[in-house]
This record gives sequence, structure tokens and C-alpha cells, in this order.
Amino acid sequence: MENKERAFTPDPEFLLQVRNLKQYFPINTGFMKTTMLKAVDDVSFDIRKGETLGLVGESGCGKTTVGRTILQLYKPTGGEIWFKGKRIDNKEDLKEFRRQAQMVFQDPYSSLNPRMTVADIVAEPIDVHKMYATKKEREERIHELMTLVGLNTEHATRYAHEFSGGQRQRIGIARALASQPEFIVCDEPVSALDVSIQAQVINMLEDLQNRFGLTYLFIAHDISVVKHISNRIAVMYLGHMMEMASANELTKHPLHPYTISLMSAVPIPDPKISRQQQRIVLKGDVPSPLKVPEGCPFQPRCERATAECAKTCPAMREVAPGHFAACHNI
Amino acid sequence: MSLLEVKDLHTSFFTSAGEVKAVNGLSFNLEKGKVLGIVGESGSGKSVTAYSILQILTHPGRIVSGSIRFRDEELVGKTDAEMREIRGNKISIIFQDPMTSLNPTFTIGNQLEEAILLHTNRNKKEAEERAIEMLRLVGISEPEKRIKQYAFELSGGMRQRVMIAMALACEPDILIADEPTTALDVTIQAQILELILDLQKKMGMAVIMITHDMGVIAQICDEVIVMYAGSVCERGTADAIFYHPCHEYTKGLMRSIPDMNDDDKKRLVPISGTPIDLLHMPPGCPFAPRCDRAMKICLKEKAKEYWVGHDQLSACWQNIKDGICSTERPEKEEEEA
Repeated sequence: MENKERAFTPDPEFLLQVRNLKQYFPINTGFMKTTMLKAVDDVSFDIRKGETLGLVGESGCGKTTVGRTILQLYKPTGGEIWFKGKRIDNKEDLKEFRRQAQMVFQDPYSSLNPRMTVADIVAEPIDVHKMYATKKEREERIHELMTLVGLNTEHATRYAHEFSGGQRQRIGIARALASQPEFIVCDEPVSALDVSIQAQVINMLEDLQNRFGLTYLFIAHDISVVKHISNRIAVMYLGHMMEMASANELTKHPLHPYTISLMSAVPIPDPKISRQQQRIVLKGDVPSPLKVPEGCPFQPRCERATAECAKTCPAMREVAPGHFAACHNI
Repeated sequence: MSLLEVKDLHTSFFTSAGEVKAVNGLSFNLEKGKVLGIVGESGSGKSVTAYSILQILTHPGRIVSGSIRFRDEELVGKTDAEMREIRGNKISIIFQDPMTSLNPTFTIGNQLEEAILLHTNRNKKEAEERAIEMLRLVGISEPEKRIKQYAFELSGGMRQRVMIAMALACEPDILIADEPTTALDVTIQAQILELILDLQKKMGMAVIMITHDMGVIAQICDEVIVMYAGSVCERGTADAIFYHPCHEYTKGLMRSIPDMNDDDKKRLVPISGTPIDLLHMPPGCPFAPRCDRAMKICLKEKAKEYWVGHDQLSACWQNIKDGICSTERPEKEEEEA
């Protein structure tokens, strides 16, 4: 594993570069016995400034862990995170990085403190980073942020439980914008919302991106939503990155057998297309992340698996311009 | 005579804050061997409809008025003991959350056999054989081993299969599926939907599919009812609803879903505002406060359902203004080549 130490030269074109990211969690699996749960195993990717990278995969594939590990809500087991050409590895770097990188959480019900008013929730990042001089300045900023996400500023003194799901997600977004970040991890921001409200929040995220030149890592399991909002999409399975390409390319011409079956399973809201859709129904369930299969993690469920697949784990390689996949058979 | 006839159903929850009209005058017929989809957002009354049919509403909810006829037999007003003969036997339900709808303290076999012993005159041994047979039917490997396991030992997809096996063990005439795949991943969802359709064809039962996902509706339903705040907005065949939506709510719903085949990423057109507060229902169309094209009459009076196509009814004043509806069912139009 010496090559891990090789010098990495950051590319100024990219805002965020992640190299060989690993996140293992020790799990008690018996008396005096722990097993490593490899939630994220050797994941690398880059995000350009102003771009949205979509991250999709089924539950337990490690997509949320990737988002949280990038912001170092967990201490990464291994790998490097480079932000604006600088490696994040000490406490000072991390503090500044956390001002510039924020997160919108999935559940608008549990991610807001029920004992804080909306104003205090929204202002928490600027309180932490001491980004105002006077109380008046703080209040002005709160009102500015609330207006930005379409909330009534008169509601600043209310508590989170007084708002609907869609409005709560707006509060969460206002909080994420408070410290004027450049990069936001959106972890399933619309999954808990009804379709009509979902579209409102998606449009708002797009408007904010255009206005402030934000860069998003958009994590979701709903592929049609991810396709709509992302420039590029990365697919994960059991902690590994399987395929990465532009959003249109990945949804139209997926190359990895897992992505192909995933795309074929997406229900399309059009009866005629839906009836003709050739679904590749995968056999069985996703294996437990505690027992990731040898070789390629998808190999036991893959129709095209060969002896090679059971032995070595394929690395990500460029199979077409800008289209990366980790499969021996492409 | 239809298999199930629901007429002017009103179900309310009598809370301390006031009466919540969860289902407000719903009527529909379900024919044998058909898949009926009920689609709507949270609070539209789609689940409460299912619970009303089976009368498993919890306090403070109850059916206020209306009739539910199953094989020409009135269900409203039946006692609990009489309903028990129907539940799980003639009409079964699969719930949304397979994690919490199985009892964690009994084995899978125990729970499967319960319904079989209750509704058929099989003995214990025969019931176990039937349970194994059902598990095999829903595609669970090694069913002999599985019946001795507990719910926590199975994955989400497997648990939903067990739920389906349980619901179908007595070969019901109607299966109500209440968001059966919402908690599951897309690849597992595809497996479960395929399984339900396959068994529906094999057993010739009717299915009521309750979901918020238009994709699921498009995939498996013959007919669709679109609900909003306890009322029907529009109903018709799946093709009519998807290709020729007439109610402003249905149109709005279609516009707010991202299109997988759109490579230019057209901006979504969301429905403005927030869902209605069921405690304070306006007298008119429940969707009127959020509707861009609402007229004065929309706020005052609810529109009746009128025919807007051979297979489609819609309750929207806008259709009357545009003159695209009639009280008579129109003739079937020739399919365009």
C-alpha cells in the first residue's frame, strides 16, 4: 500500500477532490469480537466549481457516509480530501473548510432543534464563525436568508414544529447558506417531501446555485430527481463507486451491469413507455455490508460475472471520454 | 354488479381541534381482476379509504356516512366479528412499512398460519404446508427454514414478500396494497411490483394500489383515481390520466415530476402553496387555494364530476368553462394511427 503515499497534485479546475476515501465503522458482532463495516471503500472523485454531482445508490450503499465523511462529521479511516487546492488535514483547515462547506439534511423533522427559534437555527453558523459585528447586522442577515428561501420574516421567532415539511426544509437550506458557503452537500433534501413541494425545493436549489455559484454534491435515491438536477452522476454499490458519467450519458447509456439494472428498474411515469420497458430484475437482495463479497462487490448478482470478477476488485477506469466505470467486462 | 362498490363515503377524525374530513364523498367501483390505482399526496385520504373499506380505522376516526358494498353485501355497520370473516379472507391488505407491520415476537410461520387456521378448516400441519407453499410462491428461498425465523432476520424486501404471502394465503378477492414499495429501493420495488402483478394474474384477484408515485401507477394500473384532500379530482384509465389530464391538480402534478427522458433539464413547474389544512376546508374545490386558474365559483362550490373522455371523469370548473366536458358519456374515439 505504498502508492497511497504518492504525492497528489491538486488540479485548480476542481473545487473538491476526493482521493481513496475510506470510512470503516467497528461493529460488535459477538462477544469480544468486532468486524469492520466498510461503509465507504476507496472512493475517488472530483467536483468542478459550480457543478452538481449526483450520488445515487440503494440504501446502505454508503452514499450518505460519503457526504458526511467529506465534511468530516466522521473522521475518515483513510484517504485525502482536497478543497480549492488545499488538503484538509488539521484543525484550522477544518474550521475554515466547514464555513465554506455546508450540509442540508434528509429529514426536515429531526434535523432542526425543537428548542430553538427559526432565527437562532438560521443564525447558528454565523454565530459559530462570528460573522457579524452588531446584533442588528445579525438580524438583517437572518431576514435576508429567510427571504432568500421564501420564508416569511415575521415567522423568525417561531419554532420548527410550527412549519410544514417543505417549509422546514427551507429553514435547513437557509441555515446551510448562512455562512456563505461555496460547497453544499445535499443529503436527500427532497425525499421526505410530497411531489408538488419537491418541485418547489428543487427549483429553489437551482436558483440559489445560479445566483451564488454554488457547487452541490446531491445525494438521493430517486434517479429522475438526480438526473434533473445534476451535471454528472456517480453510482455507488456496497461502499464502492461503480460508474460515473454525465447525467444524460449515465441514464441513457449506462455501461456497468449494476447501473443498467438500476436504470431499468426506475418506474417511468408514462404508461406506454412503462409497458415496453425491459426490466432487468436483479436476483436476491443486496448483501450485508459486513460481508462484502470477494472481488467485485456486485459479482454474486451479476449476470456477466466471470472467474476474474470473483478474484479481483475492478478499478475505476475511463471507458469512454468522461465516462468512468469499474467493471472487468466493459 | 361490481366486486366492490363504494358510494359517497365520508370518513372523519373527530379530534379535539375539530372534525378532520379525511375522505369527503368518495365513490368508485372495482371490477374483478382489475388493478385500480389511487394516487395522491400525503393527507389526500388514500390510506384512510383503504382503512375504511376494511374498517380498521383507529380512534378518533370513523365512517360518517356512505356505503361500501362487497359482492352486493353492505360492509358499513357490520360488527367486528362479522368483519373478521372478511378481513384477511376476502379482502386483504399489505401495509407500507414491512419493518413494523410484522410482529417481532412471533416467527414468520406463526404469523402466516394464524390467518390460514382462522379462515380455512385446515389443521395445524396442513396450515404449515400452506405457509411453506405461499412463501415459495412469493419467491422466498428455503421456505422450510424461513418459517422458523423472526422478522428481524429478514431484509426489507423479504419482509414485504412475507406480508404479501400472508395477505394472499386465503386467496382473497381483493388485495389492497397501501404504498407497498415506498420503503424499498428501486430494484427491490421492481421485484415486488412484478410479484404483485404476477400473482394478481394467477389468482384473478382485484388490486387497489395506493401510492404517491406516478411511476408505480403507470407501471401496473388499469384505472386511476387522483385524490386531493379527501375528494376525487379526476378518474379514468391510466392512459387517459397520463396523456390527457383535465383537472388542474392532475396537470400540476404531471408538470412537477422530473422527466427521465428530458435531456435539456427543463425547469419544473411546481404547484404553488402548501397542502390544505384539513381542519379548515374551504367550501369550494379543495385545490382552489393553490390553483393558478381558480375562478370565483371554484372557491364557492365544488364541481361535480363530468365526462371529459370515453374513459375519464374530471371534477373541475375549468373544464366546464372550456366546454370540454359533458354529462353524457362520449363515444369512444378512434385511436389515431
